[in-house]
Amino acid sequence: MRELFPLLLQGTLVTIEIAALGTLLAIAMAFIATAAKLAPWAPVRWVGNVYVEVFRGTSLLVQLFWFFFVLPLPPFRIELTPFTVAIVGLGLHYGAYGSEILRGALRSVPGGQFEAAVALNMSAFSRMRRIILPQAMINALPPATNLMIELLKGTSLVSLITLSDLTFRARQLDEATFKTAEIFCLTLVIYFVLAQLLVTLMRHFERRVSHGIIAHSSRQITQKAAS
Amino acid sequence: MNHFFDLQYAAHILPDLARASIYTILITLVGFAIALVLGLVLAILRRSPIKAVSRTVGFVVEFIRSTPLLIQVYVLFYVLPAYGITMSALTAGTIGIALHYACYTSEVYRAGLNGVARGQWEAACALSLSPWRTYSGVILPQAVRPIIPALGNYLVAMFKDTPVLSAITVVELMQQAKNVGSETFRYLEPITLAGLFFLVISVTFAQLVRQLEFRLRLP
Repeated sequence: MRELFPLLLQGTLVTIEIAALGTLLAIAMAFIATAAKLAPWAPVRWVGNVYVEVFRGTSLLVQLFWFFFVLPLPPFRIELTPFTVAIVGLGLHYGAYGSEILRGALRSVPGGQFEAAVALNMSAFSRMRRIILPQAMINALPPATNLMIELLKGTSLVSLITLSDLTFRARQLDEATFKTAEIFCLTLVIYFVLAQLLVTLMRHFERRVSHGIIAHSSRQITQKAAS
Repeated sequence: MNHFFDLQYAAHILPDLARASIYTILITLVGFAIALVLGLVLAILRRSPIKAVSRTVGFVVEFIRSTPLLIQVYVLFYVLPAYGITMSALTAGTIGIALHYACYTSEVYRAGLNGVARGQWEAACALSLSPWRTYSGVILPQAVRPIIPALGNYLVAMFKDTPVLSAITVVELMQQAKNVGSETFRYLEPITLAGLFFLVISVTFAQLVRQLEFRLRLP
């Protein structure tokens, strides 16, 4: 048991790295896709819709295999390392799900907020940054936390494209030592602990965001009243 | 040889892929049937007045939901034989995916059960209905109706997770596509076709769920 732990821990670090980078790309893709879907120009909207439907409609593993096996061959000839495939695959897949969350959250902001920002002559950018997004974030964070856990679980599939993450290490150790039960149970526990850590972290973040917004807006109101 | 999508080759491998896709559909249907029943059982056990039962079930559901399906399937396929339980890859995979999604459906059922008004429970109690009749005659018909779309979404999600079973040598669509590709070193057509299969079915089904959601909305 004791000699298994360091090797699994090495894999855990790779898993965390992939999950973190995948999450960053997924967040970026979620914003880009949502912006595309809300664009005033129809072809851009179509691209956004096609992206979201394709990446939500096919399996993550199919996408990873497509990037890993199809891209290096002609007609594409794009050779990507397994690490890149993992991050791009996870980021694009979960980014498509994320854009649905973001869209729902933006829609949940009352229309009056938008109109008030227009009435105050705010530019489209500052309207988004200062009025709409902060309020949408409160609604987007709880489902985003769930999605991050799905992404963390999804990282186990990168072991199938030869990346030495936690799952890959577990398989390797299993083949070398035959301590099958200990290894896989320990692996499950590590994933569980990672997920719990993530939830704790995100709950803390949620509290800070909602607290910050309430404190910020009430401070502004008292300032306005004073002046 | 045509470097872009070769339609002739695609038509040639289509029967092989179609045969494997039957397994994908079979796993999904059987697995979801188990998940529907087991999820309900878990949701009801979670409401048990005995703290030890409800807490244990709650923890198990949380644990299975936050760990990867792939490793759970490995446990069923590689660990259980050491304890004398040997299953074929297909059985282990179907049970694994069913257990995984039972934990998701149990959360959906839980939301449905919590949505039933308190008075309904009290009325059933006042009429001294047995627990069985309380659930089957009063609570479940009201609890299940609003959650049908959510359950449908998990059916789609489960369908899209079946390729994971290729890791324990279940020859479902994805595994077959890989096998076909490795024979000819042309991965473009088989993997793209597999992707299209998943895309068409899940988009169609998601649309159906959306329509159902609209129709089920109580006036």
